[in-house]
Amino acid sequence: MGAKGRPAIRAASGEELSRAVLAYAMQRLLLLIPTFIGVSLIAFLIMRLAPGDPAELRAAGGLGGAGGAGISLQKRGVLDQALAQWRAQYGLDRPLHVQYVLWLKNLFALDFGQSFKDNQSVWNKIRERLPVTIKLNLLSILLVYSIAIPLGIYSATHPNSFGDKTTTLAAFILFAVPVVWAATMAIVFICGGDFLYLFPPGGLSSIDYSSDWPLWERVEDQAWHLFLPVVLLSYDGFAGLSRYMRASMLEVLGQDYVQVARAKGLPERVVILKHVLRNSLIPLVTILASILPGIVGGSVIIETIFSIPGLGQLGYESVLARDYPTVMALFTVSAVLTLIGILISDLLLSVVDPRIAFGRRGQ
Amino acid sequence: MQTESVTTVNHPSPSSSPTREVKPSLVPAVANEGLWSYVWKQFKRNPVALSGLYVVFILLLMALLADFLANDKPYYLQYRGNTYFPVFRSYLVGAGLAQWPAELVNVDFKRLEGAKAVFPPIPYRPSDIDLSAPYETPSTAHWLGTDKLGRDVMAGMIHGSRISLSIGFVAVGIAVIIGVIFGALAGYFGAWVDLVISRIFEIELAIPTFFLLITVAALLPPSIFLTMAIIGATSWVGIARFTRNEFLKIRNLDYVTAAIALGVSNRKVMFQHILPNALAPVIVSVVLGIAGAILVESSLSFLGIGVPAELVTWGSILHEASSATFAWWLAVFPGAAIFITVLAYYLVGEGLREVLDPRLRGLR
Repeated sequence: MGAKGRPAIRAASGEELSRAVLAYAMQRLLLLIPTFIGVSLIAFLIMRLAPGDPAELRAAGGLGGAGGAGISLQKRGVLDQALAQWRAQYGLDRPLHVQYVLWLKNLFALDFGQSFKDNQSVWNKIRERLPVTIKLNLLSILLVYSIAIPLGIYSATHPNSFGDKTTTLAAFILFAVPVVWAATMAIVFICGGDFLYLFPPGGLSSIDYSSDWPLWERVEDQAWHLFLPVVLLSYDGFAGLSRYMRASMLEVLGQDYVQVARAKGLPERVVILKHVLRNSLIPLVTILASILPGIVGGSVIIETIFSIPGLGQLGYESVLARDYPTVMALFTVSAVLTLIGILISDLLLSVVDPRIAFGRRGQ
Repeated sequence: MQTESVTTVNHPSPSSSPTREVKPSLVPAVANEGLWSYVWKQFKRNPVALSGLYVVFILLLMALLADFLANDKPYYLQYRGNTYFPVFRSYLVGAGLAQWPAELVNVDFKRLEGAKAVFPPIPYRPSDIDLSAPYETPSTAHWLGTDKLGRDVMAGMIHGSRISLSIGFVAVGIAVIIGVIFGALAGYFGAWVDLVISRIFEIELAIPTFFLLITVAALLPPSIFLTMAIIGATSWVGIARFTRNEFLKIRNLDYVTAAIALGVSNRKVMFQHILPNALAPVIVSVVLGIAGAILVESSLSFLGIGVPAELVTWGSILHEASSATFAWWLAVFPGAAIFITVLAYYLVGEGLREVLDPRLRGLR
């Protein structure tokens, strides 16, 4: 009996664990394929089914928005010829499913085509603006976690105290504050309108900013410009996350092993920081995955209001200009980023908590 | 009767057990009491959630009575020896049951000579343009000031509540229909149906929802109904997940097995036998979903996408403030209205959650 029951109880060896995690990773990766196809199909169909012929739209962009309507019959003939040629070149005259496959193939070569607006390569446009958005969001995620985790720990270790109730209420109120309102209020009251001038109303750096400035001044200028956008991008995040941290920590605090640790006579600090915190951080890894899909979308409002040249602003401008290739590319890029984020957080989770890798293998 | 004894603990009778005085049971204690009357009783004890509910009611009233609160037509008008009730008459005219008398066609009711009239507290419509009074600060004439075109902000706020609330309700209604159907199918049939629908959930999770929303809303002609449909179509996954999980649990209960054994059709088992018992957690996400839809609508109209440009909404007033930073009233009031509305729905949702699902506390 004892010999048979043992393998279930003993800890998995390192090799077993890594094999299980690898198998789990493969399984997750395979499951991502249909998801990716679904997402790319949606991106493709939105563009193809939207009103307007892409070739005409491209021509309209090239003609400064005049389209085919305002030109003479003779020129119209030339234009039609050019359009036909262009359609053939980009496979737009082929059936829809062939077009989709072609588009997917270009996608893997990072060829998203050219912008209707200025004929620049879409991929170059995205590459230019990607660092800005990533910087903004990394700072925001850092801020969220560094405020939400201590707050959550405090709330969970002092449940129902005055401090806990205050943070709960504050989190609740913050969660309900619309970002558009907070941002507009900031612009009106503290960004140099008729009231205070504490922060710049937009941009990433001062007009006279140059790389010749001493390092400290450069950092200060950047921080001054980024402070408001980052805070506004984060505040509802740390409201939600601190509640989540509190719930997850309270759950762990109720477990037997915590009582054992206390019974052993460990100081409360050690119990909380070493035994409880580690296990209650596990769910926070998954939360990271749910933050990622919002990156481009969430940045739209903040980047537009503070005129920050990131992906969000690019997205908004392209949507308004009906620049389909750029919209499609942004859509796909942020979806892929999200899928990668989900995959990473799944894997992190299975490393942190091996039960997941072992448990789901049989499914 | 039993619940009353909880409130009158000051006079403990010998029969009342001490445990009941400490805490009311979380399980519906009385057998003949329905779930919803139990929910209401518990909900009433939470003053914060209750105040949220009051705010929701006040907002609903404001939306319903918008024409009576802010209107350029008087309630009562005496003109050239005739008596009219123009506010009421405008409903009849709208329904095609009456017509304006010749002397009242296209007139400015405030400038009728020799007329006696009683006006609503805010004698403007949100669309009344007055180019002689742009960017007026709040005063007795314009309680919350005016915007760039001299339109009264208070009137815009009152009528804007109609747009916010109707978009919130209809969008969530659409989300509930889609979400409950998908969730029920996945949870009831399991196996490959569940696998396929779970992939759809995952796709929805990976899609940048807000970006999808502005893309579709910007590509299609601006219209309130389209905006409602798009918000609904992008926000059903949460409801579907809750429904699926509930169905998975309830599906294995004996009464469902009994119903299937008796030959009840799948559709009847799903929607008549399981659904009523699966509704509780769905209700919470519906209430929170209304708040979410109102937030999304305000962001969309702030960006000038989806809702027609000539329509005054909370988001569109707020947007004017970002280009006229001296006009603080354009920033403060509409934003506060969105905030209060969203907070009220959150409070109600959270209060319901505490009653319906005591295990799940916190924001998400």
